Formats: sequence, structure tokens, C-alpha cells
Amino acid sequence: MRVSKYISKWFPLFALPTLAAFILAFVIPFGMGLYLSFTKFQTVDNAQWVGLQNYVLAFTENSDFINALWFTVRFTVVSVVSVNICAYGLALLLTQALKGTNVFRAIFFLPNLIGGIVLGYVWQLLINGVLQKIASQDLTYNSAYGFWGLVIVVNWQMIGYMMIIYIAAIQNVPGEVQEAAGIDGASFFSKLIHVTIPMTASAVTICTFLTLANCLKLFDQNLALTGGAPQNQTEGLALNIFRTYYNIRNHQGVGQAKAVVFFVFVATIAFFQLRFTRSKEVDG
Amino acid sequence: MKTRRFVFNTVGFLGLLVVSIIWLVPLALVLMNSFKAHTFIRVSPFALPDDASFAGVGNYVSGMGRTGFLIAAGWSLFITVFSVAVIVLVTSMTAWYIARVKAWYTTVLYYLFVFSMIVPFQMVMFTMSKVANVTHLDNPLGIIVLYAGFGAGLSVFIFVGFIRSIPIDIEEAAMIDGASAWRVFFTVIFPILRPTAITVAILNAMWVWNDYLLPYLVIGSDYKTIPIAVQQYMTGAYGQKDMGGFMAMLVVAIVPIIVFYLTSQKHIIKGVAAGAVKG
Repeated sequence: MRVSKYISKWFPLFALPTLAAFILAFVIPFGMGLYLSFTKFQTVDNAQWVGLQNYVLAFTENSDFINALWFTVRFTVVSVVSVNICAYGLALLLTQALKGTNVFRAIFFLPNLIGGIVLGYVWQLLINGVLQKIASQDLTYNSAYGFWGLVIVVNWQMIGYMMIIYIAAIQNVPGEVQEAAGIDGASFFSKLIHVTIPMTASAVTICTFLTLANCLKLFDQNLALTGGAPQNQTEGLALNIFRTYYNIRNHQGVGQAKAVVFFVFVATIAFFQLRFTRSKEVDG
Repeated sequence: MKTRRFVFNTVGFLGLLVVSIIWLVPLALVLMNSFKAHTFIRVSPFALPDDASFAGVGNYVSGMGRTGFLIAAGWSLFITVFSVAVIVLVTSMTAWYIARVKAWYTTVLYYLFVFSMIVPFQMVMFTMSKVANVTHLDNPLGIIVLYAGFGAGLSVFIFVGFIRSIPIDIEEAAMIDGASAWRVFFTVIFPILRPTAITVAILNAMWVWNDYLLPYLVIGSDYKTIPIAVQQYMTGAYGQKDMGGFMAMLVVAIVPIIVFYLTSQKHIIKGVAAGAVKG
């Protein structure tokens, strides 16, 4: 309590700089964004209150937003499952006494440092090259190509990151527990299911949360790899909102309403995911 | 038992070897094609450069020259270095304040920062660029303020988590000795925070260096960063795009990251693992 009092008068020096930046970059834009979603506007000064009209238009004007929502949901489900299974499998292998684990770990992590835009174009070259060879087509030909292309890109990018988190968690499982299970004659798989996975459940929570949030918000890779082609069929939510805002005339209000829906959607899913996986964690 | 172990280890090693080679194929492919002439990249991206297709460093000359790519790399470096420095400094100070001052407003602040982490950028992209416009933050210096503000959530969250695990006795002792809060923070707390500061710096550097949308909307019409330059090269040009120059651009965009990674790999991997535990 003494420390608390001692520091509290230093608010202007310690808290104010961050708070000022936070208000400028987040609090004001967030509040304005919420307000503008109920108005028709081109610039902020000419906003006119229209009630829920933007929200209605977002869903009814055409099916693009619903399609984008559906695309994002399918993409997220597939990617979250595949990224976490692959990352956990690699982490299990890399915590065995194998040769060169440090080098492998470094290689798997590398793609994570490269940005989404650059990654998208790197893979565009590769995927188009393969499609050209086997079907004389490219990514813009079929929305299934774009969908699975994005899944591959995101797996390639995120597996290494999640793997690092899983490795740290597996290494934290006390050796005695593993040994005790081994003496009791538990097989590799029953040890995995009854010991290792429950003991690393908090890492599973974190990694599921991180992959979920990143997949739902995916923008750069989507823009670079397919740009929504063919005919917006591979357009995720974030890309659809961006285009509604900047590419469709007089649709800023609709774009902002979509962004609010997007935010509520992401926040709700993240909230329930955290509650669900937390409830599965064991104490320890 | 011993032979089974040996078989497992060998199979595991070979499996990892194959996967890691597959892992590097996309990057190797871009590197290889950056030495081939434009038409050969389109027609046969998987062929090794030969006498007919080899373009030497021609792609690098055209890719770098035409797009102002090196200037973009300079801006990327400038914005990343200063944003990360500012974020680490101000958010660690704020986190200390929030963690140690017990009051209703620090609790509110903490939850506001946590809340901001989940908000997608699209929610604030338009209004943030308007605010930047009005407050004259729409330049490479001002954007640092925006990064500090939008990045504050995660950084404060990580720092607070760590500071709460530091016993408060150390600060109490220093304060009884008469040190000001300012001195206690910089001589006692900040040194203890070093590993966490490295984590926060790495996570933010990865974000800012690769960020596309924020700089594109806020300063994109006057200044380009690497992601903006890459994206504009592919969408802005009319007619035939020079794929050779583009491949060279991708290589030059990736090489600094790999060099940085090779020099500080240990910190990066430790930082990511530590950041997640607190996240």
C-alpha cells in the first residue's frame, strides 16, 4: 500500500504518455467508429444519423458479406485444427532426443517472421506454378484453389510459432510424471492422451486462441494471394470490409457497420473459446 | 528396446529432414526465379536458370531502381526501430504504474488495454486515419504515436503480468532509502524487466515491420514501407508486370529478416515462448 501511494502521484510521467497515444489511436477511433456505423457519411463532418439502415444493408444489399463470413468461418475452422495438430506433432518430435532439433526448430519458425503480403506473393508463385503444370489453370480459376491455398499459407506461417509454444509447455511437464507413467507400462499414445496433453492444456488454450484470432482477422495474406478472386469468392471478412469502405461508392457507413459486426463476432468467439478451453484445463 | 529407440530416432530425423526441406522450397523458389528473365518465370517457374533464362543481377537493378524500394526499406527500418523503442519505454512505465498503484482507475485502464487487443483493425481503420489527419500524425514520426497507442494493449498486458510476479519488497526497500519513483523504476525495475522487454520488443518489431494496412492508410500516399511497395508493384502497374524485378524485390524484402533472425534467433524463440505464457 505504501508503494502504491508513493507511485500514484507520478501519473503524468508514467501513465500519461501511453494513455495519450492509446486515446488517439484507439479510444477515439473506436468510439467514432461505433457512432459512424449508425450514420451515412463520406467524411466525418457530413455524417447523418440513419439508425440501423447500414446494418440492414450490410446483410441484405447483396450476399457478399454473408459469403465472406462463411468463407472466414470455414477457413478458420480448417486452419485452427490443422495448425494446432501439426504444431503439436512437431513439438512432440522435437522434444525427443533427436539430432539437429535446434536447426529444425529454427527452420520451422522462420516463415513467421515474414509479413503476410510478402508471404502471399511468395506462395502465389509456387501455387500458380503447380496449378499451371497439373491443370493449366491458376489461382483465379476456382475458389477451391484460393481456399486451400490460403490454408496452406497460414499453416506454413503459423505452425512454427505454435510449435515453439508447445515445445516450451512439453518441456515444462515434470520428468517424474513422464517416468511414472512409463514405469506403469503406459504406451506412447496413452501417455500422450492421459499425461502430456492434459499437462499442457494451458498451451493448447493459448495456441487455439492465437490461431483463432489470427485466422478470423486475416487480411494481408488474403489480399496478396487471391485478392478475393474469382469474383470475391475467396474474400474473407476483413478484406470484404476494407473493400466496402474504399472501393464501393458512398458505402463508408455500411463498411463501418460491417466492421462493428466483425468486432462483435470476433470478441464473442474469442470469449467463448477461452471459457471452453480453460474449463478443460487441469490445475497444476 | 534399444533397437526400437534407434529405429524411431532415425525415422524421426529423416521425417523432420524431409519436412524442413519442403518448408524451405517456397523461399528457394523465389530466390532461384529472381535470377531468371521475366518470360521464363511465367512459363517455367520450376526450371533452374540456364543460359537462355539467366538474367544475372539485372532483376535486382530494375526491381530496386524503378520502385523506390530502397527508400521504402529505409522508412520501414526507421518506423520499426523508433516505434519499438517508444513502445518498450512507455508501456513498461505504464505497466509498472498499473501493477503497483491500487486504485479504481488503474483497474479500468488495465481492462481497457486488454479489451483493445481483441478489436480488429478494420473497426478503427477509417477513424484512426481521420484522427491522424486532423492531429498531423500522418507522417513517419507521427505514426510512431499510433503504433504506441494501438500496440499498447498487448505490451502493457505482458509487462503487467511479469511485474506482478516481482516481490514488492525490493521497491519498498528502495523507497525507504529515499529514491524517487523515477529512480526506482529505471535503476531497480527496468533491469529486472529486461527479458520481458526483449519479448515485447520482438513481438512488436515483427508486427510493425510487416504491417501493411495501418501505414498504407495513414501515410501511404506520401511514404511507402516495404509491404506497401510490394503490394503496389503488383496492383498498381498497368500492362505487363516485370516478374523478374518483383522476385528481386521479394528476395530483398526477406533477406534482412533472415539475417536478423540468424543473429538473434535465441532471443526471438525464447521471447515468443515467454510472451505466450503471459498472453
